[in-house]
Amino acid sequence: MARKISYQQAINEALAQEMRRDNTVFIIGEDVAGGAGAPGEEDAWGGVLGVTKGLYHQFPGRVLDAPLSEIGYVGAAVGAATQGLRPVCELMFVDFAGCCLDQILNQAAKFRYMFGGKAVTPLVMRTMYGAGLRAAAQHSQMLTSLWTHIPGLKVVCPSSPYDAKGLLIQAIRDNDPVIFCEHKLLYSMQGEVPEEVYTVPFGEANFLRDGDDVTLVTYGRMVHVALEAANNLARQGIDCEVLDLRTTSPLDEDSILESVEKTGRLVVIDEANPRCSMATDISALVAQKAFGALKGPIEMVTAPHTPVPFSDALEDLYIPDAAKIEAAVRKVIEAARSAA
Amino acid sequence: MSQIHTLTMPKWGLSMTEGRVDTWLKQEGDEINKGDEVLDVETDKISSSVEAPFSGVLRRQVARPDETLPVGALLAVVVEGEAEEAEIDALVQRFQAEFVAEGGADQAQGPAPQKAEVGGRLLRWFELGEGGTPLVLVHGFGGDLNNWLFNHPALAAERRVIALDLPGHGESAKALQRGDLDELSETVLALLDHLDIAKAHLAGHSMGGAVSLNVARLAPQRVASLSLVASAGLGESINGQYLQGFVAAANRNALKPQMVQLFADPALVTRQMLEDMLKFKRLEGVDDALRQLASALADGDRQRHDLRGVLGQHPALVVWGGKDAIIPASQAEGLEAEVLVLPEAGHMVQMEAAEQVNQQLLAFLRKH
Repeated sequence: MARKISYQQAINEALAQEMRRDNTVFIIGEDVAGGAGAPGEEDAWGGVLGVTKGLYHQFPGRVLDAPLSEIGYVGAAVGAATQGLRPVCELMFVDFAGCCLDQILNQAAKFRYMFGGKAVTPLVMRTMYGAGLRAAAQHSQMLTSLWTHIPGLKVVCPSSPYDAKGLLIQAIRDNDPVIFCEHKLLYSMQGEVPEEVYTVPFGEANFLRDGDDVTLVTYGRMVHVALEAANNLARQGIDCEVLDLRTTSPLDEDSILESVEKTGRLVVIDEANPRCSMATDISALVAQKAFGALKGPIEMVTAPHTPVPFSDALEDLYIPDAAKIEAAVRKVIEAARSAA
Repeated sequence: MSQIHTLTMPKWGLSMTEGRVDTWLKQEGDEINKGDEVLDVETDKISSSVEAPFSGVLRRQVARPDETLPVGALLAVVVEGEAEEAEIDALVQRFQAEFVAEGGADQAQGPAPQKAEVGGRLLRWFELGEGGTPLVLVHGFGGDLNNWLFNHPALAAERRVIALDLPGHGESAKALQRGDLDELSETVLALLDHLDIAKAHLAGHSMGGAVSLNVARLAPQRVASLSLVASAGLGESINGQYLQGFVAAANRNALKPQMVQLFADPALVTRQMLEDMLKFKRLEGVDDALRQLASALADGDRQRHDLRGVLGQHPALVVWGGKDAIIPASQAEGLEAEVLVLPEAGHMVQMEAAEQVNQQLLAFLRKH
């Protein structure tokens, strides 16, 4: 009976265990030590939501508060990674990516390729994403597909405390730059997490529910919304298979295709905006490689093509929910039936 | 005198919180003997039958097929002797009114496994029952104390029963020193020392059988009897491809074809069972431990340890599944032991035919 801890604690534990194992691992970011004006000595905040709390004291000199300049400290982290350290830098909100995009897109992601494999950049950039916290358009986005678009980056999006710990340890040990996306609304989620060290490999999707009727593919927080929909649909006699991608780059194409070959129906769920998203990417993959297996059109359940609204009512409407997924599943089944 | 019994949702293994009622095997009005299978229940990990711990007439099926109920929930009412319908109604009503499902993380969940430094390493074990000469349950390669989930409570009705996680397994420390059979057997002896047990019955499954035989070889005076379930160490051949495939499997698609070989009924290998096994295999140190032990156990399809010579000094029971695809049941032949072969079960015979295995073990232990 493994002990239960939160998603946030799981991330904290992964950081602590890897910092203990490997003294080249260090943390840098805004407010990761003291934060909010605290001296960083007594009750350090440990990040804006407390994810790195306690590490400052355990690892003196290895949890570094950075000035409010993403281009500066992310650049420093990229440089440190090329020189044999293993930085875990924190981009407080993924929405701030614009301020350090060159360091990621043009530097970290390119070194291995441009230097013929001689350069490694073992950088992890932890970043918080997602809507639902009433934090408005500049602090709520889901930019996972933006990172996934860039060759040379690995992109991780854990949906549970277990995966968060294992994927973060894997990310820290990986020799390529990894963007590690954490949903704000998952931080308090509790789950069974072994105290021991373990890794969850990249590019291996997780089947969270087996079903023969429809495949639901998703990742991150939407995994739980999809499971809720699948449970509701099961009561109506519709069996959904729920696939959690875990990482969007590398992408576990085989598991997606394996499931669609079985069910013949696909609904992709993505909290991100729809254009050039994981939803469109996976739909295209299946249309191209498993067209013969499809019994009807593919459905996508995504946010609309708008910024995240500040109004509570509109934000709730913006985020895909179980009802929208259930409607999409019914639509796919109906379409398949009338086509038959 | 009449007695009204309540049959409740069992707890199979440490993590089970609820079960889904599959089918009733006994109908209202049927005579039930203690040990009879009354209904099938399915959890996210496994499906099996619920046995009656008492005899009587099945008077009320309270749970409906397809209903998912928490551990401890009322499934049926069985009456020894006479009882009015009204009495049964009242009992059901009272039970349902008072029943509180376990679940909250902070709530006490009954007996829990223990962990301590034993023989210089962290070891986990789980004790149930009390009295008598204790019985120690030793799981097989890649297993853990949960491999006995259908046996442990039943066996503990008559004595103290201790199931352990061998080094490299479960929640015990993963690092092995020599990674051989002696190291595992010495750990069992160290646990007996730690618990101040001078002499114990040993029951071992697969590799755990060889571990138990080897304990009897190293310290015959500490062993009261040997129960060897689909045991290694009793013959030449073993499915080497299984061992290598299991060790190498790093994802669900690679693991599934290996795991289904363990059972006569491949449907018993659930998604959750595969996921749990992957979670174990991902723990740091497990891969090294399994590789060490696999090569200590077998060279290709040939077992490295022939421990048949150990038999004869202790009372011994040998149990095998006729459809064992890992170690053939033919190895049960010609042994100096009481032998039970269950033709329809596979390598995990103690799970697939739990009821028969439990009855045989209980009867055997009572004699020795």
